[in-house]
Amino acid sequence: MNTGKTEQIPTVEVKDLHHSYGAREALAGVTFSVSRGEIFGFLGPNGGGKTTLFKILSTLMPPTGGSVRVFGHDLRHASHAVRPRLGVVFQHPSLDPQLTVLENLVHHGHLYGWWGQALHTRARATLDQLGLGDRAADPVKTLSGGLQRRAELAKVLIHRPELLVMDEPSTGLDPGARQDFNVVLRRLREQENVTILLTTHLIEEAEQCDRVGVLHQGRLVALGDPDALKGSVGGDVVVISADNPGDLRVKMRERFGCEVSVIDGALHVEHSCGHEFVREVVDAFPGVVKSVTFGRPTLEDVFIRLTGRRLWSPDA
Amino acid sequence: MHKRTPLQIALPVVTLWWREMVRFCRQRSRLVGAFLQPLLFWILLGAGFSASFRPPGTVEGTGYMEYFYPGIIILVLLFTAIFATISTVEDRREGFLQAVLVAPVTRSSIVLGQTLGGATLALLQGGLFLLLAPATGIPLTITSVAAALGVMFVISFGLTSLGLIIAWRMESIQGFHAIMNLILIPIWLLSGAFFPAAGLPEWLQWVMKLDPLTYGVAAFRRCLYFGNASVVGEVPSLFLSLVLTVLFTAVAFIAATASARRSAA
Repeated sequence: MNTGKTEQIPTVEVKDLHHSYGAREALAGVTFSVSRGEIFGFLGPNGGGKTTLFKILSTLMPPTGGSVRVFGHDLRHASHAVRPRLGVVFQHPSLDPQLTVLENLVHHGHLYGWWGQALHTRARATLDQLGLGDRAADPVKTLSGGLQRRAELAKVLIHRPELLVMDEPSTGLDPGARQDFNVVLRRLREQENVTILLTTHLIEEAEQCDRVGVLHQGRLVALGDPDALKGSVGGDVVVISADNPGDLRVKMRERFGCEVSVIDGALHVEHSCGHEFVREVVDAFPGVVKSVTFGRPTLEDVFIRLTGRRLWSPDA
Repeated sequence: MHKRTPLQIALPVVTLWWREMVRFCRQRSRLVGAFLQPLLFWILLGAGFSASFRPPGTVEGTGYMEYFYPGIIILVLLFTAIFATISTVEDRREGFLQAVLVAPVTRSSIVLGQTLGGATLALLQGGLFLLLAPATGIPLTITSVAAALGVMFVISFGLTSLGLIIAWRMESIQGFHAIMNLILIPIWLLSGAFFPAAGLPEWLQWVMKLDPLTYGVAAFRRCLYFGNASVVGEVPSLFLSLVLTVLFTAVAFIAATASARRSAA
């Protein structure tokens, strides 16, 4: 790692960020920082504050409280210094479907002060880099969802942003296209040291980030690298379904002395040795247990442990 | 703020203007909406009212087809302005404009690109309508056509700005339609485009005097009949009309810029 001056300033530095829409508090004191070249994901349910955070970081709206610095500039007063170096990927496409892929890129370049031959060379190179070279002259509306997403990324990369802020970038993509998109992002980070900050509600997407912040009700309830977060859950996660979960919960506590939580009608237990525990449970309560599963913890289990609910609760 | 070079100011404006041109050429239905619909109105209403139209304040021998002709061109401008602004609502929430809003571009550049785009399209379509003038008996000269095109541009610029003031505040297309029917169409109806003010109840005459588009329509009529002032009928003077029209356009543009600045996303 070289230690130039820019390396020492975090790319994004957020301190005690608050944001309210009238009386409703969407962000209630969020603090984190992202260093250069990092891929940082925000995981959380809808309404957790992700969209508000995205809007603030993308310079669409100023925060109502706290401080946000990007490249060392305060977003409240100096967003004009941040914008030329920032690339924003929206949840809804910002490509004009009536225009061709290349036309979209050229318009975007003009907005960032690029023009003429330099812009066209840059646009062609970016399309080639993302494997869209042969689709340049096609109207955007004729592209598949996955290709449109890649074209969207190509457009944002035209002005060589140092920081990408993305709101649910894999929305509407099938798993194959999602994986594909993820590979493109990693290559970008490796080749150009671009910092990437994204929001997601997909566990798999979050687990591929270098670090994850878990947002719940406007607060960061967890922050760290995905493996460390999963390590905070004790061993394996055993999920038991039964006809009368409340009753079984009491009995299991008496018998095993372990912490049992009921989420969406199923019993969740963290256990260091899942497969043995499964056998013990089935032996101890014959006929009561309908099904048992166990597995390595996911970020969803981390979320459940921290908030007592699933990412996608029926009541959410 | 940053110091911007002229190129940095002009480039976003030109690119947004050009995008409007290209989009228009690729959406044929817009041409139908903004040109054929007024043409149909003109023919049907013009023919329909021709028997009963004998108001005071028009020159003897002016048929309704002729009276309504400048008015229908203003309607073409209005429709084109509305079409140009209507996409703004969706565009800025889930479309191309989202990205423009986070680009290093001032909101006034965005609004200027949009209004220039709308005004250019309106001018092209209104200009096409001017070709029908000989059919109405209005004698066109090079001077009157040039003057009429100039006034048309100023009016369309103002009307597009007016549409944008609303569009930048709207959350949904439905809301825009409601406001459009409540504000933009009445502004046209009461501008002297559809019926002359002379002989109307006093309150209605006052409403028409307060309608800014009245002066746009008057300026346009006077330019069309340039050198033939005696057959225009009773409308405000050219000087007053021009001054008020330019003023209205300037105020509407400034208000549209302010509306875009206040809009968070």
